Amino acid sequence: METLITILAGVLVTVAVYLLLSRSIIRIILGSAVLSHAVHLLLMVMGGLKTGSAPLLGENASSYTDALPQALILTAIVISFAVTAFLLVLAYRTYQETGTDDLQELRGFIDE
Amino acid sequence: MKSNDVILQTVTKVVVFIILTFGVELFLSGHNNPGGGFIGGLVLSSALVLLYLVNDIETVHKGIPFDFKIVAAFGVLLAVGTGVGAVLFGVEFLSQTFVHVNLPIFGETELATVLLFETGVALTVVGTVVTIILSISEDV
Amino acid sequence: MNNIIVMPMIIPLLTGIVLVFLRPYIKIQRMLTFLALVATAGVSLYILNSIQANGILTLNFGGWLPPYGILFVADSFSVLLVLTTSIVSSIILLYAFSSIGEARENMFFYTFVLLLIAGVNGSFLTGDLFNLFVSFEVMLLASYVLITLGGRKIQLVESIKYVAINVLSSWFFLLGIAYLYGTIGTLNMAHLSERIAEVGQTPLLTVISLIFLLVFSLKSGLLLYFWLPGSYSAPPTAIAALFGALLTKVGIYAMFRMFTLVFYHEPSITHTLIGIMAVLTMIGGSIGAIAYKDIRQIISYNVIITVGFILVGLAISTEIAIQGSIYYLVHDMIIKALLFLLAGTMIYLTGSARIEDMSGLIRNYPLLGWLFFLSILSLAGIPPLSGFIGKLYIGQGAVEAGVYGLLVIAFLSSLFVLYSLLRIFMNTFWGETIISEDDETPLRKRLLLPVVLLGAATIVLGIGAEGISVYVSDAAHTLMNPTVYIDAVMQRNQ
Repeated sequence: METLITILAGVLVTVAVYLLLSRSIIRIILGSAVLSHAVHLLLMVMGGLKTGSAPLLGENASSYTDALPQALILTAIVISFAVTAFLLVLAYRTYQETGTDDLQELRGFIDE
Repeated sequence: MKSNDVILQTVTKVVVFIILTFGVELFLSGHNNPGGGFIGGLVLSSALVLLYLVNDIETVHKGIPFDFKIVAAFGVLLAVGTGVGAVLFGVEFLSQTFVHVNLPIFGETELATVLLFETGVALTVVGTVVTIILSISEDV
Repeated sequence: MNNIIVMPMIIPLLTGIVLVFLRPYIKIQRMLTFLALVATAGVSLYILNSIQANGILTLNFGGWLPPYGILFVADSFSVLLVLTTSIVSSIILLYAFSSIGEARENMFFYTFVLLLIAGVNGSFLTGDLFNLFVSFEVMLLASYVLITLGGRKIQLVESIKYVAINVLSSWFFLLGIAYLYGTIGTLNMAHLSERIAEVGQTPLLTVISLIFLLVFSLKSGLLLYFWLPGSYSAPPTAIAALFGALLTKVGIYAMFRMFTLVFYHEPSITHTLIGIMAVLTMIGGSIGAIAYKDIRQIISYNVIITVGFILVGLAISTEIAIQGSIYYLVHDMIIKALLFLLAGTMIYLTGSARIEDMSGLIRNYPLLGWLFFLSILSLAGIPPLSGFIGKLYIGQGAVEAGVYGLLVIAFLSSLFVLYSLLRIFMNTFWGETIISEDDETPLRKRLLLPVVLLGAATIVLGIGAEGISVYVSDAAHTLMNPTVYIDAVMQRNQ
């Protein structure tokens, strides 16, 4: 199971890198979202995957999964959610101002 | 453009309440089971977003006259406030505590200060999500 | 239990949130912001002195003992930086009051400044790797908003690059955290250090440490600085000054913390690499600083040179060199704020950022000219000013460690700093006065006051270096002896 999820994370990173390297802002945003999901999966694998038990519920549980990676992932999801939302608004505003979402064309504005 | 989507509007009237109830359920179960302020808040805000989607912004704003930026700020204030509250009681920052109370209808209930913290988180999430959706959709 | 050490983060955070409710009352917003920062400065001064008396202070959030819970740790190094942050940012705010404009003030400008400072202080104080990530993100999100606030075209275009590069570096940060948790099983920095000392820094761990090096280099602009000049020259003066004074320093702080506390077992790989990167940074920065004619670009490249210079101290990693780096770090926060404010004022007065459009300003604005000259002297490290002692100690450390190559390049880079700034000075302040007395934009006293204050600060810090030497040597001692930090966190001596 760990191997499978690791491979999945790798595939996600591949997709994300492809998206990030494109010129359209919206693809870059999607790429960054996929990228963060890949690392969330990796965090979960690194905490160890165990099936069938919840994070610690009481003082005398027989088995439990490590709760720390889950807390980390939740926090990371919240943060990436905020960043993605901000990026979307930013991209939209930039499109409104400049009339393009192509990074190559945006270069020209710097010299202005 | 005014479109006539009767089915969507009728269904929404019912569905919104189901979503809201589910959101509250998720929020309350968060103390000892999967759930909590963040996903509870997300579900609650999805109900609000659905309302905005079906009706237009002005109509919803008449019904729910909140500035959602203020809601978010109030949420953060509440969440951080519980942490600071712990300082005022002379224990470590962010300490939580709970008591068991005998309430009239619910019987023996556990009341925890973490609920206040989670309320803050939920309000923050609702406020931010709705603000984001509104600010993107405002001037299309 | 020391609840006070969470205050440098909580005071700005709470004030920032309260300001959201006070949106229409700009005067009250200004007053509260300034008061909050002064209070933060006061609290951190108190903490700094209490560390000298009681040793390192720790606070376990919610009473969860380490290594299970998250915690704040205040040692001299971090609190010294917190104190400088509060002082410098409150002076920059004085400048912002009269320059930033109502439109931005209405758009929660002060809230985001305070959140930025809360994030910066949180990064300095945290004793836990994941909290470091969270504090970084708080700081970065606030900086994203600040860099775009106002929404001019150039700001939007530059901020997309800035945000994209930071999203990527945050991703690497999480990656490093994931690998480290997978191999070591903890994220508490003291606990990490202890466990790595037990099992030895295996090649795998060294590779992980290089991921962290990559992350912090991106944040601090060590070698990976390509995003920096553009994004630091786009926003308004006060915001650029905040960025130039604070943001790169957080990356530098994190690097010092990680490579003196956690990954200090393989200096031949990690510290050598830091040294090489520092050299390349200084060379690249020097080339940039003399290549441009835009004042803001030149100053942004000066930020980069300094990053390289400070990290020379970490590359050498002897107590005296680290002391030099700490002195220089504190000095640089003040002097970079001063430089950015001076440049912004010059641009405001002449309406152009290019040095060939200005000439003979010293006749119009003598005080401004002399302050600029003062900051050049301080950056070059002329004795009574604050830059001197840091350079001296780093140089002494390099000589004692016998790394003459680093020494030569570090001091050559100082010459380039001197040259690039003197070029600005000669072109803009000397020469024929082209603005007649009737045309000149009046320099308001309220704009000049913060600049004068920062100028005074660099003199005071230079002359009064003796006064902070206790704190600096304690900070360097803690950095060089990880056991002091670990014992304090794990509460072994109590």
